[in-house]
Amino acid sequence: MIPVKFDYTHAETVDEAIKLLQESGGEGKLIAGGHSLLPLMKFRLTEPGVLIDISRIDQLKEVKKEGDRMIVGALMTHNEASKHPLIKEHVPLLADTVRQIGDLQVRNRGTIGGNIAHADPAADLPAAAVVLEAEVIVQGEDGEETMGIDSFIIGPLITMLPENSIVTGISFAIPPAHTKSVYLKYFHPASGYPVIGVAAVAGVGADGNIDYIRVGITGVGDIAFRAESVEQTLLGQKPSKALIQQAAKLAAEEGEMGSDLFASAEYRENLCRVYTERALSSILL
Amino acid sequence: MANAVGAPLKRKEDPRLLTGNGCFADDIQLPGMLHAVILRSPHAHAKIKKINVEEALKSPHVIAVYTGKDLEGKIGPVPSSWLVPDCNLKEAPQYPLAIDRVRYVGDGVALIIADDRYAARDALDLIDVEYEVLPAAVRQKEAMQKGAPLVHDDIENNIALHWKAGEVAEEIMENAEVVVQESFYVQRVFPSPIETRAAIGQYNPGSEELTLWCTSQNPHIHRMVLAGVLGISEAKLRVIAPDMGGGFGGKIGVYPDEALIGYAARDLGRPVKWIEQRSEHFTSSNAGRDEVIDVELAGNRDGTLTAIRVKNTANLGAYLSTMGPGVSTIDFGLMITGAYDIPHASCETFGVYTNTTPTDAYRGAGKPEATYQIERIIDLYAREIGMDPLELRKKNLVRKEAFPYTNAQGLVYDSGDYEKPLQKALEIVNYEQLRQEQEKLRKQGKLIGIGLSTYVELCGFGPSKVAGAIGFQGGVWENSTVRVHPSGKVTVYSGTSPHGQGHATTFGQIVADKLGVPMEDIELVFSDTKAISMSWGTYGSRSTAVGGAAVAIAADRVVEKAKKIAAHELEAAVEDITFENGVFQVKGVPGQQRTFQEIAKSANMAWNLPEGMEPSLEAQSFFDPENFVYPFGTHIAIVEVDKETGEIEWKRYVCVDDVGRVINPLTAEGQVHGGVAQGVGQALWEGAIYSKEGQLLSGTLMDYALPKARFFPHIESSFTETLSPVNPLGAKGVGETGTTASIPAVMNAVMDALKPYGVKDIEMPLTPEKVWRAIQNGEGN
Amino acid sequence: MAIENRKVTVTVNGQERSAEVEPRKLLVHYLRDDLGLTGTHIGCDTSQCGACTITVNGDAVKSCTMLAVQADGAEIMTVEGLGTRNELHPMQQSFWEEHGLQCGYCTPGVMMAMIGLLKENPNPSEEEIREGMEGVICRCTGYQFIVSAVQKAAKIMAEANEKNDQKVAASQLVGEGNL
Repeated sequence: MIPVKFDYTHAETVDEAIKLLQESGGEGKLIAGGHSLLPLMKFRLTEPGVLIDISRIDQLKEVKKEGDRMIVGALMTHNEASKHPLIKEHVPLLADTVRQIGDLQVRNRGTIGGNIAHADPAADLPAAAVVLEAEVIVQGEDGEETMGIDSFIIGPLITMLPENSIVTGISFAIPPAHTKSVYLKYFHPASGYPVIGVAAVAGVGADGNIDYIRVGITGVGDIAFRAESVEQTLLGQKPSKALIQQAAKLAAEEGEMGSDLFASAEYRENLCRVYTERALSSILL
Repeated sequence: MANAVGAPLKRKEDPRLLTGNGCFADDIQLPGMLHAVILRSPHAHAKIKKINVEEALKSPHVIAVYTGKDLEGKIGPVPSSWLVPDCNLKEAPQYPLAIDRVRYVGDGVALIIADDRYAARDALDLIDVEYEVLPAAVRQKEAMQKGAPLVHDDIENNIALHWKAGEVAEEIMENAEVVVQESFYVQRVFPSPIETRAAIGQYNPGSEELTLWCTSQNPHIHRMVLAGVLGISEAKLRVIAPDMGGGFGGKIGVYPDEALIGYAARDLGRPVKWIEQRSEHFTSSNAGRDEVIDVELAGNRDGTLTAIRVKNTANLGAYLSTMGPGVSTIDFGLMITGAYDIPHASCETFGVYTNTTPTDAYRGAGKPEATYQIERIIDLYAREIGMDPLELRKKNLVRKEAFPYTNAQGLVYDSGDYEKPLQKALEIVNYEQLRQEQEKLRKQGKLIGIGLSTYVELCGFGPSKVAGAIGFQGGVWENSTVRVHPSGKVTVYSGTSPHGQGHATTFGQIVADKLGVPMEDIELVFSDTKAISMSWGTYGSRSTAVGGAAVAIAADRVVEKAKKIAAHELEAAVEDITFENGVFQVKGVPGQQRTFQEIAKSANMAWNLPEGMEPSLEAQSFFDPENFVYPFGTHIAIVEVDKETGEIEWKRYVCVDDVGRVINPLTAEGQVHGGVAQGVGQALWEGAIYSKEGQLLSGTLMDYALPKARFFPHIESSFTETLSPVNPLGAKGVGETGTTASIPAVMNAVMDALKPYGVKDIEMPLTPEKVWRAIQNGEGN
Repeated sequence: MAIENRKVTVTVNGQERSAEVEPRKLLVHYLRDDLGLTGTHIGCDTSQCGACTITVNGDAVKSCTMLAVQADGAEIMTVEGLGTRNELHPMQQSFWEEHGLQCGYCTPGVMMAMIGLLKENPNPSEEEIREGMEGVICRCTGYQFIVSAVQKAAKIMAEANEKNDQKVAASQLVGEGNL
C-alpha cells in the first residue's frame, strides 16, 4: 500500500498548474481528491514523478447555471454536488448519480473532474454524463477548449485530454423542466462500483407522448454509452409497460458487453434490459 | 456481585477499545525497531533458478535480506499440529522460505529487513528472482488424477491423507426405497479478520530471551511449535498475543512468517516488525473450506432415514497447516449425521495437496461443511419423497429422551432437546401461514423461499486423551489461576486468548458470582505465555465451555480456602459457614461474619491462619472436560429471488440457538450475529477464484466481497437453554453456531424459491448470474 | 533525484502537530507513526474497509487514501479526539451500551464514519445507516448492534443539540433582557 517515491507540489491557480505540468516534462500528474489516482499508486500501477496538487484552486469549486447548462467546477466533491441546491433543482440526475458513488468517505474526497478525467469504465458518473450531454472544459497551454464527453473519454482509462492541460469543469445540459430522471445501479458487492448503472431522463408532453428521452448505461463494458435504440423506440410514443419492455430489449444494442469475475457479457446484456426497463418504468409509468 | 451470570452486562474491554487505547500489533513501537517485508512467489508452481539480492542490499536502508538457502540448517520446517492417525498421512516439510521450489502464489521467497517501513517496501522491487514456471495442480479432484503435476515429488497423486470412518453395508443402500445423491462444493473462503496478521520479534542478548508478539489465537501453541522450529527453549521464548482484530481461525496457524521474524530479531539483535498487507493476506494466510462433498442419503418413502454415505475431497493447499488435516476428517466426518438419528453412516476423506495457499480451520472448521451437506441433502430428500422438509426433520431429529445420544460415528452428544428451538423458531415465523403465503405468491410469479437448518455441532473438544487418539499434537484442557490480592481485588489468569469474544467480561461475570465481588474489582490476564503457564487457546468454541469452566473451578477453590479461614476466625466449623454475596456467615448467628475482602487480607497477611494452612489466597485449576459439547438450534431464512436478475433479497432471518448456559446474552447474541454474517457471506458473496494456472483472481477486497451492512436484514436471534453436563457451567459454545447453521439455511431458502424450476443445487456463492442461469435453464426445461 | 521531505502541520483533536515527512507518506501513517495516534487502524490496501476513517475539516475520509501533504493545514479528528474514558462521546457510549464492537479493530473507523454520516443526516433510518456504512467493513458483529448503537447515538446527539440550542436561545434572551 506504499507508493513509489514522488515529488509533490501544489498550484494556486489553473495557469500555475499548467506551468507546473509543463515543467515536469511528462512526469507530472494532477491530483485533486486523489481517489482515482492514489489507489493505483498504492499498488504501484502508476508511478508519476511529481504530483501537482490542484485541490486548493478555489475557482474550480464553483457551480453556475449558464442558460440551459449547468457548469460544475472540476474540484466539486461528489458529496458537495449531491447536496448543491442548483444541481438538485436543475439536474437532479447528477445529484442522484453522485450520491450513489462509492461511499460517504469517497464522496467526501472524490471530485467530479477527477472522476471524468480518470475515465474509469466502471464509474457511475459517465452514465449521467452521456445522458446530460456533458462537455468537458479543458484549459491548456493554448487556452480553453470544450470537448464533448464522447470525444473526451475514448476508452477505459483513456481520454483525449491534451498534454499539459487540466479539466476545469464539466458542463451538463439541463433537461427540460417537465422531465423526470433516475439513476438505477447494481452495486458490485465488493468494490461498490456499478455492475450496471442506468441513468435516464424522460418527459411526457401535453399530448401524453414521450417528448424527451435520454438513456445512458455504464459499468457493463469499456465505456459508458447512450442507449439510442431505446430512445428512438420510445420517442413520440405513449408510455406503457409493453412499450418500455419492448424498448428495453434494445438496451445493450449500442454497447459492448464486458465479462469479469462477477458477471459475464451475456448476463450484463440481461441486466441492461432489466435495469433499463425498471429505470424507465419508475419515471414513465 | 450476585447473578452476574446471565446478565447482559456491558463489556469490560470496551472503554479502552472505544477511545483508541487498544494495543494492536502495529501499535507497538520499540526502540531501534526494523521493518520486515516478505517477497512472495507470483507463481503457483515454479523452480527457483536464481535470486539476485545485490540491488536490494545496496539500498542504504536495507539491513538484511534472507533467502531460503540462507536459512537452511538454521531454522526448521513448520510442522502441522494435527497428525490424524490411520490415514496414511504424508506431511511435506514447509520451510519458512522456499528453498528451490515455490508451491503456491504467496509462498515466501525472501525476507527483507530495512530501517524504515517505506524503504522496506521499496526493496521488495529490487530483488530479482529467476523462476522456471511449472504446471500447477489447482483443484483437488483434478490434482488426484494420474499425470497431474505433483506438488511434492514424493507424494503420489498429491494425496496427503485418505481417511475413513464408519461403514455402510452395500445391501443397506441397495435395499433402501430411496437414495438421494448430490455433490456439493463448499468453496474456499478467506477468514479475513479486519486486522491482518503481524509479528514483532525482540531478542534480549543478555537474558537470551526472545519475545514474539504475534497475531495468535493460541500463543502457547505458537510457543511450543516455534521453540522447536527456532531451536530455542520454551523457557526462553515468550509469545504474546496483543489486542487482536479478529481471527476466525485464520490466526490459529503457526505460520512460516512468525518463525522468520523471530529468527531475524535474534540474528540481528534488533526488534523486527512485520505487518501483513491485505492483498498479501489473501494468498499468505490460511484459507477455509474448499471441500467437494459427495453425499448419498438412503431411507424409505415414509421419510425414515437409514444411512448416509459421504465422500469428502478436500483441498489442503500446498502444505499441511496447523489444524488442516483434522478439518475434513475428524471435525467433518464424525458429524455427518447432524441432528438426525440415522443408524448407519460412513465417511471417506481424501486430503489433497494442490498449488494453492494452505487451508486450515475457519469459523466452524468442518462442522459447517458437515452441517451443509446433511441439511442440504435432507431438503433434497424431502423434495424427492414429496414431504415438507420440516416434517422430514421432525421425523428424524434425535429425540430428547435419547441423550446422551451416540451417533452412528460413535460421538456421544452430551445433551439436547432439538424440538425446543425448532418449535420456538416455527412460532416466530408462523411456519404454516408462511408456507401458505409462499404458495399464494408463487402463483403470482414471485419466488419466495423458506430455508430451514436444524443443526447440531461439536465444540469444546475434550478430553485430552481423545485429542491424543485423534492425532491432535496438543492437549485440550484449560488452565486458570484466580489470585486474590490483600485488598480483595482479584486477578484472573486464563489460558484462552480472546480477540473480540469478550472473555474479560464473561469470565469476570463467572468470578463475580463465585466470589461475590464487583466486576470492577476483577482484572483478567490472557495471551501471554509468561503470565499463563500452559494453555491451548481460543478456537473451536471452546473458551467458555473449557476455559470458563477452569475459571469457575479455580474460583470455587478460592472460596473453599477462604471459607476455612473464615471458620477459623469466627471459631465455627467450616460446615456451619455460608457464603453469599461476598459474605461468610456463621449459620444462624447474625453478626458473626467476615467479608470476602477481610478474608483476603487475612489470607495474605497470614497472621492467623488455621493450623498447617499455606498463606495467600490463590488457586489454580487445570480442567480437562470429559466430553465435547454439542450446541444446537434452528435457523430459518426467508428470501425472495428476482426472477429477471437472479438477485436475492432477504426477507427475514430467524435463529433460535441452544448453547447451554448463556453467560452474557448480549455478547452471545453478538456472536450469533457475527457468525450468521460469515455463514451468509459464504452462501451468497464470498469465494476464492483461482485461474487454471493457480493465480488467485479474487485477491483484493475489490473482488472478494466481505459482507457489508446493507446486505443484511435484521437478524432475529433468541436462545433456549439446555445445560451441558460436561462442565460445571453447563455451557456449550456459541462462537461458531451462527456460521454452521446459516450456510444451509440460506441455500435451502434459495433452492426452495427456485423449486418451480427444478433447481437442486447451485455452487456457492450464489452470485446473481448463477441464480439467473439456473432460472434460465429451468425455464428451458 | 533527491526528494525533500515536507513539513506537514495539522490540527489534530484540537492540538497543532507537525512532522517532516516524505511527500508519499499516507496520512494514516503520518498519524500513526509520526504523531503516535494509533487509534486509527489500517485494514486493507484498496480503500474498502474504512478502518482508517477520520474526519478532515469535519468530513469523514479514509486516511489511507490521502497523503499527509494533502492534509497540511487541515483540522483533523481521530478517535482519540472523540471522548475520554471518563467522558465518552455519545457515539462511544452507544457503541458500548449496544455492544457495537467485538474485536474493536474496525470500531474507531466505523465510529468516525458514523460521525460523518450524522453530520450529513442527523436522524437516519436503519436503512440509511446501513447504506451509510458502505465505506466500512466489520467482520465481527454482523452490523446489527452497530446499527442500534448509531441510532442511539443519533438520538442522544440530537437531544444534546436541542438542549444546546435552547441554552443558546435562553442566554440570548437573558442577554437581550439585560439590555
